[in-house]
Amino acid sequence: MSTLEIVWFVLIGILWAGFFFLEGFDFGIGMQFVLNARDQKDRDALYQAIGPNWDANEVWLVTAGGAMFAAFPFWYASLFSGFYLMLFIVLLSLIYRGVSFEFREQMPTIQGTQLWERLIALTSFLVPFFLGMIFTAMVSGTPIDAQGNLSAGFFDYVTPFTLVGGVAVSLMSYVHGLNYTRLRIDGPLRKRAMTQLKYLYPILLAGEALFAVLLFFYTDFIQTKTILILILLLTLVLTTVIGWVLAVKKQQEIVPFILSGLALIEVVVLLFAGLFPRVMVANNPLHTLKIVTTSSSAYTLKVMTIVVLIALPITLGYQIWSFWVFRKRIVSHKVVE
Amino acid sequence: MVTLVGILDLARFQFAMTTIFHFFFVPMSIGLGVVVSVMETLYVIKKDEMYKKMAQFWGKIFLLSFAVGVVTGLIQEFQFGMNWSAYSRYVGDIFGSLLAIEALVAFFAESTFIGLWSFTWDRFKPGVHVLFIWITTIGSAISSLWILAANSFMQNPVGYAIDNHMGRAQLVSFGALLKNKQLWVQFPHVVVGTLVTAGFLVAGMSAFKLLNLKKGDSQILFFRKSINIALIIGMIGIAGALVTGDRHAFDLQSMQPMKYAAMEGVDETIKSSDRKDKAQPWSLISVTNPDTHKVIAKIEIPYVLSILGHHSLTGGDTVGTTELEKQFQKKYGKTHGDIKNYYVPENTLFYAFRVMAVGAGGLLMLAVVALWMNRKKSQLILTQRWFLWILGICIYVPFAINTAGWLVTELGRYPWVVYGLMPISDAVSPNVSVASLLISNIIYFLTFAVIGGVMVWLARRTLHAGPYAEEEAQLSQSDPYSHLSEGSEA
Repeated sequence: MSTLEIVWFVLIGILWAGFFFLEGFDFGIGMQFVLNARDQKDRDALYQAIGPNWDANEVWLVTAGGAMFAAFPFWYASLFSGFYLMLFIVLLSLIYRGVSFEFREQMPTIQGTQLWERLIALTSFLVPFFLGMIFTAMVSGTPIDAQGNLSAGFFDYVTPFTLVGGVAVSLMSYVHGLNYTRLRIDGPLRKRAMTQLKYLYPILLAGEALFAVLLFFYTDFIQTKTILILILLLTLVLTTVIGWVLAVKKQQEIVPFILSGLALIEVVVLLFAGLFPRVMVANNPLHTLKIVTTSSSAYTLKVMTIVVLIALPITLGYQIWSFWVFRKRIVSHKVVE
Repeated sequence: MVTLVGILDLARFQFAMTTIFHFFFVPMSIGLGVVVSVMETLYVIKKDEMYKKMAQFWGKIFLLSFAVGVVTGLIQEFQFGMNWSAYSRYVGDIFGSLLAIEALVAFFAESTFIGLWSFTWDRFKPGVHVLFIWITTIGSAISSLWILAANSFMQNPVGYAIDNHMGRAQLVSFGALLKNKQLWVQFPHVVVGTLVTAGFLVAGMSAFKLLNLKKGDSQILFFRKSINIALIIGMIGIAGALVTGDRHAFDLQSMQPMKYAAMEGVDETIKSSDRKDKAQPWSLISVTNPDTHKVIAKIEIPYVLSILGHHSLTGGDTVGTTELEKQFQKKYGKTHGDIKNYYVPENTLFYAFRVMAVGAGGLLMLAVVALWMNRKKSQLILTQRWFLWILGICIYVPFAINTAGWLVTELGRYPWVVYGLMPISDAVSPNVSVASLLISNIIYFLTFAVIGGVMVWLARRTLHAGPYAEEEAQLSQSDPYSHLSEGSEA
């Protein structure tokens, strides 16, 4: 394994982590179109809160996919063709979700607007759910053949572990979105977000515990990297507990939001740390895809590293600036508050 | 074997369908980005509120097309892995890196600045705000540079070496990818094509609106000015398209001669020296039998192919498809014996090429006449309603041209996915089932029908409401949401 190969494995992890941190709260806001909003002013405020940024947040996913294609083409090819139908649902959801934001804005009637808003809520649940399933299936062992081709059947990706994984990622995104609402929106949405968080944090903790148990049975992570994985699991639980206390008991806003995002990042770190130096786990250990056997040539990795070193700081710069521009809190019901 | 054919056909169908649909909205949104940028720049320079209104009004159509363009582009990013995993493994080293750079360099810029642009009309000074739309537009043009660099590699592979150990093509020169001759005819050709698409869209929509406006309506000036701006941009586009298109076709003679021969309907080699007039005739109409690959009927115009393909009145040779087939059999027979033949769908290429050429010529004339009829002192364009109808219907012509261009480019590459390197039949995912592909094809098709339909419907609604709809609504105090929030709070 060369240094650049490891750098790119880490970088892809960072891109996915960035995606889940940023688009995580977009998904959470999206689900609130049905689960938290009560009237049109609420829904307008929710849209205002993510309208300028959601598209750029989603580019993290596109870049993560592109980076996998560029740096580990054999991984990209096996993963995306192997989990065909799940990825298809993810894509379809992203398609409907993407146009819904624009369509809801331009609909002439309220009924029309609400139709697209319901679709935003549904797809905002489906995308993290199926991504969670894909990632947990990817690490838990799948029937990859000697050529690296994977034909995952229904029972390869629908297991208690992947279902918990899918629900967990959706729930974490939802909690993250509620924290974002508390941070960005003033009005009744904020109050109800707090109420919901009170119930959701304990459920999330129970889910994380269940995830840890299933991780033991469905992957070799805890068996092979006991200390590292246990530390990471503990960090995840601690992050959630601290977030819970600060949000619910201390009524803080910024730190719980960062912590709920951090929890999503920690899940990505956990999965990538457990995978290393593999990229996809096969039922037959001989067919497991590894960093060395799936990566691009040294030359391509070098070129791509140079491009990233130039482009990423600029990209991060204007994306952060854009968040700064839209930092002001949105007031949804001026009279009510 | 039967199922394998099924997978290949379905995967090809999906690629064609998704790229064609995607490519309706890509040129539309890049071009509309330019039109809106120009309008807002005029506002900054002239400080005339009408130009601001123009940028905002056409900006709504731009945002719609951008949204549909983005989401249909998502499929492209992932379908290589899903449907073409063998291809992805074989050229991922090269092709994947270009796709990743596209996302990193262009997509982030586009998506961030379009958000800034659409949400900050009253937050930034006009001189700053206009930069956001320009960065979005330039970002989207740059994204086409990277994806076309990837496509150019498929058309004319350069800068690679075959690694037998990994069984794939590997990048040896990144510079060569960017200097690819194919890229520098294809990229300018696509960019000017976006100007044509948006130019005639804005002009055509304005024409439809003018048909519905009563005499003396204040919006008439708005839409007449829109026509002028749009058609000037459109004309620049057509001029560019003709120049770059000519260059493109010229280069094909050496790069992809089979594509060129099919586009011109040449089955038997034409040698000018053997002919009485010492020049190559050009087929206006040609029909090829798809089984025998022989031209069975044609109408020829003398000299024209010498002018087009040889850039002089006489001379030049065109190698016909029959001879090329023999050459290719000899050249690739040993390495790619399983390829049955190298013929491309002649009739499709022939007529698709003519749709481009005739369409562009027609649009150019239309633009000249329209600009003349729409000159400041004249009311001619308002009185000649039939002409407004033509201008309106011609919205669809650039879309037909764009699709034709894609068909020539991609079908003309047959039987290769990477020209001379990898046949299409080797590229498909071996592990994807017919059922998966069938389901995804049907659902994609229905999805495209829904979102395309809604998009067109919304664009028409926007046009119908007109640029001053919000002011009018405010005047009549009919906030569409007011009754709802009252109701739900009560």
